[in-house]
Amino acid sequence: MKEAVMESAKNTPPCGMPDLRVQIGSLALRNPVMTASGTFGYAREFENLVDLNQLGGIVVKGISLKPKPGNPPPRIVETACGMLNAIGLENVGVDRFITGKVPYLRTLSTPVVVNILGDSVEEYSEIARRLEGVEGVAALEVNISCPNVKKGGVAFGTVPEMAAKVTEAVRQASSLPLIVKLSPNVTDIVVMARAVADAGADAVSLINTLIGMAIDPVSRRPRLANVIGGLSGPAIKPVALRMVWQVAQAVSLPVIGIGGITTADDALEFLLAGASAVQVGTANFYDPSAAENIVQGITNYLQEQGEDRLVDIIGTLKTGTD
Amino acid sequence: MSEFQQKCSILGRDCLAPDIFRLTLQAPKIAADARPGQFVMVRVIDGLDPLLRRPFSIHRSFADGNISLLFKVIGKGTAMLARRCIGDQLDLVGPLGNGFEFSDDRPVCLIGGGMGIAPLLFLAEQLHSTGRATEKDHVLLGARNKDELTPLADEFSALGYTVQLATDDGSIGHKGFIPDLLDFVLPSVEQVYTCGPHLMMKNVVLQCQQAEVNCQVSLETHMACGMGACLGCTVNGKRGLVHVCKQGPVFNADQLEWSLE
Repeated sequence: MKEAVMESAKNTPPCGMPDLRVQIGSLALRNPVMTASGTFGYAREFENLVDLNQLGGIVVKGISLKPKPGNPPPRIVETACGMLNAIGLENVGVDRFITGKVPYLRTLSTPVVVNILGDSVEEYSEIARRLEGVEGVAALEVNISCPNVKKGGVAFGTVPEMAAKVTEAVRQASSLPLIVKLSPNVTDIVVMARAVADAGADAVSLINTLIGMAIDPVSRRPRLANVIGGLSGPAIKPVALRMVWQVAQAVSLPVIGIGGITTADDALEFLLAGASAVQVGTANFYDPSAAENIVQGITNYLQEQGEDRLVDIIGTLKTGTD
Repeated sequence: MSEFQQKCSILGRDCLAPDIFRLTLQAPKIAADARPGQFVMVRVIDGLDPLLRRPFSIHRSFADGNISLLFKVIGKGTAMLARRCIGDQLDLVGPLGNGFEFSDDRPVCLIGGGMGIAPLLFLAEQLHSTGRATEKDHVLLGARNKDELTPLADEFSALGYTVQLATDDGSIGHKGFIPDLLDFVLPSVEQVYTCGPHLMMKNVVLQCQQAEVNCQVSLETHMACGMGACLGCTVNGKRGLVHVCKQGPVFNADQLEWSLE
């Protein structure tokens, strides 16, 4: 906690500027705009296009215990205002992540959150153990919601008891702030949020992609080799916003909103609905400067509204008749 | 290597044939760094549908800071791009990818099919600018008909290359496919560069392998980001999947698995 306070002090905004700092448990962010896992690589991919030190946080590509080659192509399809992907969690594995990717990430002043995923509870806790004490890793985001793998992901993310088990195991293995990323592919996401909150999560992030499908009528074949994939982008924003609002009402943990956020207005909708931070995902692909522009847009909004602190607008959605 | 995101004004818009357009864009940073075989990701409109940028190989790059793109209208994105006007601005990210490798004065053959011709003109101009004797080099271009080839073929010829053409309808050059012409050319070249439809490239690669001539291929595939972040642009390589945007789009043909695709 002492460290977090020091971090907050370091991030003090320039005189006269609104204070954009937020806390996600003990994780202090200079502003609420993070990049979402799977949409920002290992950050270095964007170093020429984005001032990485202007971001609130960076969530890197999901990391598994062993390297994963991912699914066969085609892996992505564009849909109306969105895209479907079935990448299949291709990543370098935790050991090569630590030796090959973390040294660069460590040079950034922006906190790096590592998204982790496994085929079993033991794998999740083993990855968390290996990341424990690694300098440059500020928090973990537990992915229990990927729709594109055969084992693990969906079961962990759709059964509350399993979600709780994974959360508990990672909690025991790691002292880092623990964010659990929830799937929208459930009947009641609030039940899932409560389950991981009770199991020791410090925050929840939502939503991951919605399971979808696209077909080529000429070949009569699915457009993805995996047949089904995860829908992301502006097309899912209303669904994500609704879920964030519902979860923020139901749990006392910080909520991180994800889903189709492209502009500052999109981000503000999530913040007003109760999210303490947001993650920009698919927009990184079509507008690499989206996250930076959102930070600027939120600053402008606060100035226009005469607000000094971002935290004062979080969850201020008016739903009554007043 | 650096990439840039910049708003680029459309300076020129030519309709070369029905549905085939060439845009000239003011893109000084991209032009200054671009190498033949690299590409740009273009946002065809500012709205959200279509959502993703479209990859286009850099067709030409000029010393005055302009680049040009050559494209055919094949879907929603290219149709919208074709409707953009002179003076409009397009958001570009680039230059991306690795580009063709070329170093010495060995005789080469450039083989382009359809819009696969686009990056080869940049390569041809670059090779020519090194002062090499381009008359030893060959250019084989294929398309559906004469209209789709005429202005482009003239531009290669003007650089001194020996140009042969093939068309589906026989309206100019050989009636048939480019690989039909290749057997006569291969004995006199040491390096082949090709870009075009997959089937054409596959045949070119097989012929090159038989003749033991090195071949570089430029691939086209769906991409969301173009920068190695989405990992959506994989194809089958000899040693597992490869990413077209970062490891390519140019590959040595023997790096790729042709029989599986």
